[in-house]
Amino acid sequence: MENLLAITIGAIYAFSFYLLLRRSLVKVILGVLLFGQGVNLLIFTAAGLTPDRGAFLKEDGSLQPPYADPLPQALILTAIVIGFGVLAFTLAMMHRLHRETGTDDLDELRSDEFDDPDKPAP
Amino acid sequence: MNSLLLQVCARITSPLQIILSLILLLRGHNEPGGGFIGGLVAAAGIILYGFAFGFHRALCLLPLPPISFIAIGLLLAAFSGIPALLAGQPYLTGLWPNLSIPTFLAGNLKPGTPLFFDLGVYFSVFGTVLLMLETSTKNENSP
Amino acid sequence: MAASLFIVFLASAISPLLVYFLRTRASYFLALVPLSIFVLYLHYLQRLHDGSPLLETIHWIQSFGVHLQFRLDGLALLFLLLIAGIGTLIVLYAGSYLAGHPHLGRFYAILFLFMGAMLGLVASENLIALFVFWELTSLSSYLLVGFDYRKKEARAAALQALLVTFTGGQALLVAFLILASLTDSFSFTQILEKKIQIQQNPSYIILVLLVLTGAFTKSAQTPFHFWLPGAMAAPTPVSAYLHSATMVTAGVFLLARLTPLLGGTHLWAWSLTSFGLLTMLTGSILAIGQTDLKRLLAYTTVAALGTMTMLLGLGTPLAAKAAIAFLLVHSLYKGALFMVAGAVDHETHTRDVRDLGGLIRHMPITAIASGLAALAMCGVPPVLGFISKELIYEAKLEFGQIGWFFAILGVIANALVVAVALIVGIRPFLGFPLHTPKHPHEAPFPLWFGPLILALLGLLFGIVPPLVEQTIIKPAVVAVVGDTIKVKLSLWHGFTPMLVLSFVTLLLGFCFFRMREKFRLARETLTPLRYYGPESLYSCIINHWLPSIASLQTRILQHGYLRYYVLSIIAAAALAVAAGLSRISLPGTWFTWRSFEWWEVLLCAAIFLAGFAAILTSGRITSVVLLGIIGYTISLIFALYGAPDLALTQFLVETLTLILLVLVLYRLPKAKSLSSKASRLRDALLSLAFGFAITLLVLKSLYIPHDTKLPDFFVQNSPIAQGRNVVNVILVDFRALDTLGEITVLGISAVGVWAVLSFIRKKSSSASASQKNSSPASFEQ
Repeated sequence: MENLLAITIGAIYAFSFYLLLRRSLVKVILGVLLFGQGVNLLIFTAAGLTPDRGAFLKEDGSLQPPYADPLPQALILTAIVIGFGVLAFTLAMMHRLHRETGTDDLDELRSDEFDDPDKPAP
Repeated sequence: MNSLLLQVCARITSPLQIILSLILLLRGHNEPGGGFIGGLVAAAGIILYGFAFGFHRALCLLPLPPISFIAIGLLLAAFSGIPALLAGQPYLTGLWPNLSIPTFLAGNLKPGTPLFFDLGVYFSVFGTVLLMLETSTKNENSP
Repeated sequence: MAASLFIVFLASAISPLLVYFLRTRASYFLALVPLSIFVLYLHYLQRLHDGSPLLETIHWIQSFGVHLQFRLDGLALLFLLLIAGIGTLIVLYAGSYLAGHPHLGRFYAILFLFMGAMLGLVASENLIALFVFWELTSLSSYLLVGFDYRKKEARAAALQALLVTFTGGQALLVAFLILASLTDSFSFTQILEKKIQIQQNPSYIILVLLVLTGAFTKSAQTPFHFWLPGAMAAPTPVSAYLHSATMVTAGVFLLARLTPLLGGTHLWAWSLTSFGLLTMLTGSILAIGQTDLKRLLAYTTVAALGTMTMLLGLGTPLAAKAAIAFLLVHSLYKGALFMVAGAVDHETHTRDVRDLGGLIRHMPITAIASGLAALAMCGVPPVLGFISKELIYEAKLEFGQIGWFFAILGVIANALVVAVALIVGIRPFLGFPLHTPKHPHEAPFPLWFGPLILALLGLLFGIVPPLVEQTIIKPAVVAVVGDTIKVKLSLWHGFTPMLVLSFVTLLLGFCFFRMREKFRLARETLTPLRYYGPESLYSCIINHWLPSIASLQTRILQHGYLRYYVLSIIAAAALAVAAGLSRISLPGTWFTWRSFEWWEVLLCAAIFLAGFAAILTSGRITSVVLLGIIGYTISLIFALYGAPDLALTQFLVETLTLILLVLVLYRLPKAKSLSSKASRLRDALLSLAFGFAITLLVLKSLYIPHDTKLPDFFVQNSPIAQGRNVVNVILVDFRALDTLGEITVLGISAVGVWAVLSFIRKKSSSASASQKNSSPASFEQ
């Protein structure tokens, strides 16, 4: 499964990267979302998969290896929730941007001030 | 969204979700669950109710606005580290009084400082999700 | 030492308040600060007789080995006394010179900041502390030169001084880091013990070049000499203090301090000697044609600094003695002459020597001070200046033929300096009184007190040399050359070649003085040569090269296309990953379909198909649903492989994300196909390459043996934390501080969403608001 997942993670990264490179802001945001999930899965897989074995102690407080590595899980857990916060903030920004400018094409939003400093402002 | 079916569902499941979230929170130290998950489940319950009856009404059910939940949660989590400081240990070290409260659904409960920390996480996640959803939907209603 | 630094910095902090309440009278109280430090270190002199430095340590950043460590040896004490002593007079002087100035308090604040930095610099034992103080002197010098910030020239001169000295400061930092890496220590004493090791290291050459850059920029050696005359835009007390007696000698101090460590090689000797000679000639030749009092003095300061550098380069005990004696003499007379120049400027409102004459009738005391200082500058007996000049010639003549060559160059330069001394110190006071913009009167007490004291000290030391030779000069020389030498200063050595040279110098100087008009004419005709000087290179860099490089890199890097930013970041990351993993070898059987369960293949296929469809579709809701499929599948994977907490969280967050996406996205337009086919193909290929690199990364990580130290620790210690769900125990106990930070971020992001979406101005109200408030409207234009 690990090898298969490695390929899958690569595919998620590729998809998200492709989305990040689009001109439409909506797609970029979807790319950010997908990227975060790819990262979570990468950390999870790289820590080693332990089918059907969590990191839960028995009633007497003992646990026989192999068990799942709990630290990546804790990291990913917060990453998922933080990712949600980031996504919500990005969405809010985009929403506001669309309200103010009426477009979601990144190239239209671009400021031209650096292209030609001598050009008088319109 | 005035679907009768949804409203009936919401009336029943929303309170259940709140109870479930509390169970998940309290047993989180030993079984799957915890503050993050509990907070999300509770928020989902309120959101379901909001879909059925409108967000404004859903939020009226709460004793406080969502932003206050965030503040309470953060303060609770931050203050749960103080007792350790007073006991001369590093900030946020878990302290466990020799107590055990039997609860009906979540097993025996030990009221240590990490429990209060987890409660803080619960409240702040709950408040965060609701504040985000509230602002996103409110905006939609008043263009 | 730390206490005196603290007092000076405290004075810096409270001086604006003191000036606010006491006005000009504050200067008398503030002068007590350097005075007390001066007395303190006079007391220290007695403890230095055996020559070993006194060390004082305060631990600062323990883990980096950076301590506030002070080293009080002869060299440091000489500088401490000069800084505190002249500082006392300057503080008094400035109170009168800038009386009624609206920013006098600010002036004192910066002046004391500088004083503290300078005291710390000369007493630092730790190289990092030395560097910090070094830069602090540059910074406070910048503020002081630009004190008259309304004048454009003052701002430009301040910036020039800052940039030149900071360039050297950076070089110095690198040099110190090299020293530390060679010796594993920042402590000067410890580094000194490994002298041979350093000098035999191949990086010794680079080290010397870097140190020289630092010292030469600070001490205005050619080709960096141009900033010093420019810095004359500062108020005169600053010029007298920083740009004659203290800050510019910091470079000389550094060279003297490092001579025991880096000196003794041909590289060190030759570069110091040649640059010193060059600077000496440049300074004196450029000086003679000037007509502004302060610029005349500034160029001779350059010449004097060159002389000191050259003497340190010669490296013999005698040369070191000459350098130290000259340093002391120069600080005394140059500080005095600058203060006189300020007093003259204050009383006549002109600094042009052609407009000044006969001032002795109006300003007799100033004239006496000025005359004595000028005699010291000329090197006329019985002033200490004469002794030091004799010493300099003696040190040069030790070297035989080449020594004579040095001595002849020295005679020419010194003769020019003599002429300048006559122009600045004597001529304005003699002769027929000329009309000046303001009718002169004797300057107020603080304005003549300082120069008079300094000039009288020069005379006193010259008549009674033992006052300084054993107490101040000898310990300083010992600190530079490292062993005890006989220091004997006297006015009369007998009839020696040095005496002849001194006499020739004076005679030649008087001739040059008579020819001063010709020099001024020559200067005016040669002015076009400035275009080939280092100053025009500086202005070329500042005005042309830097802006064009900046706009070029802005155009390349800050183009405003989000996707190209992403592209460059990710391409760099992918390349780095690929390069790091280029030697990965996988077992031949790493991929066989038989090693997978059917449902595993199904899960991965679901992610593949959904992702592929998501990048193709242009429907918003469709792509959201497809991303949802991926998210839920990932949640299933978490559940199947031992992470129920993650599965639950992922499931819930995915649901909330979908709700949020639908709420926001369905109000936005459909995603159009905006890119061309070619760019799509390029992006697809890049994405494939990136995905491939990531796949390799994961595979590689799977073949590295898993380190179980951390998981074992958490699992074994969870019972102490009274929890059986180890993930949750990590979150709320082991790493609770992280979690606290994370929920804080979460709360902030929620407030951010609320702020972004709630405070939307209505179209009409925003228009009226921008009309009322002009700033946003002008920004848009």
